[in-house]
Amino acid sequence: MTQAVPLLDIADLTVEFSTRRGVVRAVEHVDVRVGKGETVGIVGESGSGKSVTSYAVMRILDRAGRIVEGAVRFTGVDVRAASEEEMRDLRGREMSMIFQNPRAALNPIRKVGRQIEDVLKQHSQAGSFALTDKAIEMLDQVRIARPRERYHAYPFELSGGMCQRVVIALALACRPQLLIADEPTTGLDVTTQKTVMDLIVELTRERGMSTILITHDLGLAATYCDRVVVMEKGRVVETAPAREIFTAPSHPYTRKLMRATPRPGASLRDLVPEGDVGLRPGQGASSVCSLPRVRGRGGEGVAENAPSSLAPPPCPSPASGGGDDVAPPFVVRGAMPASSSARTDSAARSHANGGAPLLLVEKLVKEYPRKRLGEGLAKILAPKPAPEPESFRAVDGISFTVARGESVGLVGESGCGKSTTSTMIMRLIDKSDGVIMFDGEDIGAIPAKNFAKLPLRRRIQMVFQDPTDSLNPRFTAARAIADPILRLGAAKGRGEVRARCEALAAQVGLPLPLLDRFPHQLSGGQKARVGIARAIALSPDLVVLDEPTAALDVSVQALVLNLLQDLKESLGMSYLFVSHDLNVVRLLCDRVIVMRAGRIVEQGSTADVLNSPQAQYTRDLLAAVPHPTFA
Amino acid sequence: MLKMAAKRMLIALVGVVIVTFLLTRALPGDPAAYFAGPAATKAAIEQIRVKLGLDKPLYVQFVRYVGDLARGDLGNSLTTGQPVANEIKTRLPASAELTLLGLVVAVSIAVPLGILAATRPNSMIDHLCRVIATAGVSLPVFFTGLILVYVFYYLIGWAPAPLGRLDVFFSPPPHVTGFYLIDSLIAGDGEVFAASLKQLVLPALTLGIFALAPIARMTRASMLAVLASDYVRTARASGLSPMTVVVTYAFRNAMLPVVTTLGMVFSFLLGANVLVEKVFAWPGIGSFAVEALIASDFAPLQGFVLTMAVMYVALNLLIDVLYGIIDPRVRIEA
Repeated sequence: MTQAVPLLDIADLTVEFSTRRGVVRAVEHVDVRVGKGETVGIVGESGSGKSVTSYAVMRILDRAGRIVEGAVRFTGVDVRAASEEEMRDLRGREMSMIFQNPRAALNPIRKVGRQIEDVLKQHSQAGSFALTDKAIEMLDQVRIARPRERYHAYPFELSGGMCQRVVIALALACRPQLLIADEPTTGLDVTTQKTVMDLIVELTRERGMSTILITHDLGLAATYCDRVVVMEKGRVVETAPAREIFTAPSHPYTRKLMRATPRPGASLRDLVPEGDVGLRPGQGASSVCSLPRVRGRGGEGVAENAPSSLAPPPCPSPASGGGDDVAPPFVVRGAMPASSSARTDSAARSHANGGAPLLLVEKLVKEYPRKRLGEGLAKILAPKPAPEPESFRAVDGISFTVARGESVGLVGESGCGKSTTSTMIMRLIDKSDGVIMFDGEDIGAIPAKNFAKLPLRRRIQMVFQDPTDSLNPRFTAARAIADPILRLGAAKGRGEVRARCEALAAQVGLPLPLLDRFPHQLSGGQKARVGIARAIALSPDLVVLDEPTAALDVSVQALVLNLLQDLKESLGMSYLFVSHDLNVVRLLCDRVIVMRAGRIVEQGSTADVLNSPQAQYTRDLLAAVPHPTFA
Repeated sequence: MLKMAAKRMLIALVGVVIVTFLLTRALPGDPAAYFAGPAATKAAIEQIRVKLGLDKPLYVQFVRYVGDLARGDLGNSLTTGQPVANEIKTRLPASAELTLLGLVVAVSIAVPLGILAATRPNSMIDHLCRVIATAGVSLPVFFTGLILVYVFYYLIGWAPAPLGRLDVFFSPPPHVTGFYLIDSLIAGDGEVFAASLKQLVLPALTLGIFALAPIARMTRASMLAVLASDYVRTARASGLSPMTVVVTYAFRNAMLPVVTTLGMVFSFLLGANVLVEKVFAWPGIGSFAVEALIASDFAPLQGFVLTMAVMYVALNLLIDVLYGIIDPRVRIEA
């Protein structure tokens, strides 16, 4: 790659946002160069300014955002100085973008084919009579089956992966020279991620395009990029060829990110920098505040402007005692007299092997009636193909057990029935058939609506996927944690409840001063801690963890996963860990159950299943996970 | 979807028939006594009661009422002796013409205003939108009506006297739809069209100003939300022209809540009509109902409530259909 005339040259770029709390610098003195045909990855955690950088390149920043310094040159055109008309010609035709959350990125009430036509028409890529053919051709190129039919589909009629293909078709329709992919596969299943990424690579290579891949996933960047730019808090901390950066990272932040990324061969404890005080978050509030995500996940804003965005600052409370100079997760471990984690693990396992299982699920079935469309005119208004069976089995006769003190991972792609299974075990919905035995009691027979009042409720608790949405926005952290205590707990009176909340907060490493904050004033990791504290408030025997870290940055995820492990060991709980991320499951779980289409494909010990999978589907899943070669 | 909507509509109508019947019977005052006059003897009143069928048990009255309804007979007014159906037939188009025109005025001002305000937040036009909207809701219709009459009729003299649907020198066009504007066009009578339009302008404007506020606010709010959405970002990132982005991508999506608001505003307008009709001496259905109510004349009242209910139900059906046209997702859910 000749560096002489880069296709895109971002030099000394600084972007500011004017917010109610004054001007925030989201990106500071960023230099990125993209050569012809090159794939450059921009890697960083939320608030690192990676998306803002790409918006600045396309000049589609929010009204509040402004390029204050630096230059962006694209094929010699000065993007900063170009008129709006010139920019419009560049966008979509010369450089285009694909987004996270593809379903939301498409106009919900316009046929996907028409949306592709809009772009073609705007850049006069085809005569109006040829537009439809060209749009269908594009759909075909992104491997959408039956493109002629799909042309008439609306986004809600397509799966997430399909929607992303449509967005890719939209972006590539005018054969641009540069494609910016902003977290293109976040939220998609691993296998879908692989097909989408392979498609992007193939199509861009075919056309000799350059690509910027923005991602928080180091593995993804390592697998697909030539060069990687690592960003932290609005600055570029390291730029190097992909191979180099992952074998010999030079910047401490890169090392920290790599460390925190779950990968084969690493243990849970490997993810967090032990005793690496210099990296402790919350120190030295930098001049660059991490900006609330410009779009996308809302509500993470305010707290992110506070000095701590990765983890809470050390808590000065008496509860944590001498743990003041250690990052919160270690407070818990310090408080535990127990020995090394390995020994506790094996202890838990040996304990698990004896006695009756805590949870026994047998031939569990959940059926949903198929929605039948209104007859007659409805068919004219909404043509729907193929008559379908009367009912749909979301969960189709699965059996498994969870022993005391055991972590069981429930793995599968979206729609495989893992969430339905966990919701049934939580007794939030009723089963159609089968048995759910909990500690010798047939809880499956208790109607879901009665279960909430029973004392059994306190023994099965849940941590939810979205730390923001699962907290009442009008409740403070303390109130949220106290909720189950007030409903089912033994603690009486304000003082006692408060004391319990504080003890729980200390246990999950949530600094006490944060207890009186509202969810929007907390960072993602802090909210996750609140959710965990709430779940363990009643000392349950079984905790269902529904992708508890899916919405978190890797470094926060590493802390939260370690916290979960510590809590399990100290409180002797069992976990049912629902996830689609095999690397995370590998770290936390003793046993794994792989589900597909409502059935169990394979189950066994984590090591067995993930290292020598028997079922083809498990092998496919494992193969789809990007495997970077880390040092 | 339509079949289900029709079914829903039928159920609603059955309910309305029952409720209006019971409501009018529950009104205070004895229609027979009122009809017989203050000097009537007890026997005379009783005679009238028998004649009107009011002596029969309630269910017999109801069966008769439904039977009459089925034949399109809404009964006769006790005060004028005229068939109620005829009155409604002449008066409803007058009200509907006024209300629809008022709505057209409101929409054609409010929607562009809301869109402009949303695309340029905190600009002059945004502030103007806010001022107009606030003024529109806070001024009662009879007040705006009087002001408009005072300025445009009394001071400037552009508008004709606010005395009904047509100047006395013209005769109404032959009845086809009952809408003078349409009927005069059908008859090819330009002068009558112009005259009736002149009469309509001020009352329609009065209603329009009142109805403008909620529509403008709702348009602005939903446009703002949609303009911040991911798919508008995609459209901008694809280099689509601002016109396409705002109209095809943003506005069509923003229309859903606006359509809902329109339905509610139309209902308000039918109610607000009564006052406007009084100010402009409009021979509409609102003033007719008020007079009947004061006279304890149950047949016209029953007829009025029933007509209104049918219109509401039809309106809701129309909005449901509009929803289905705008949003493909609704078609599935319905």
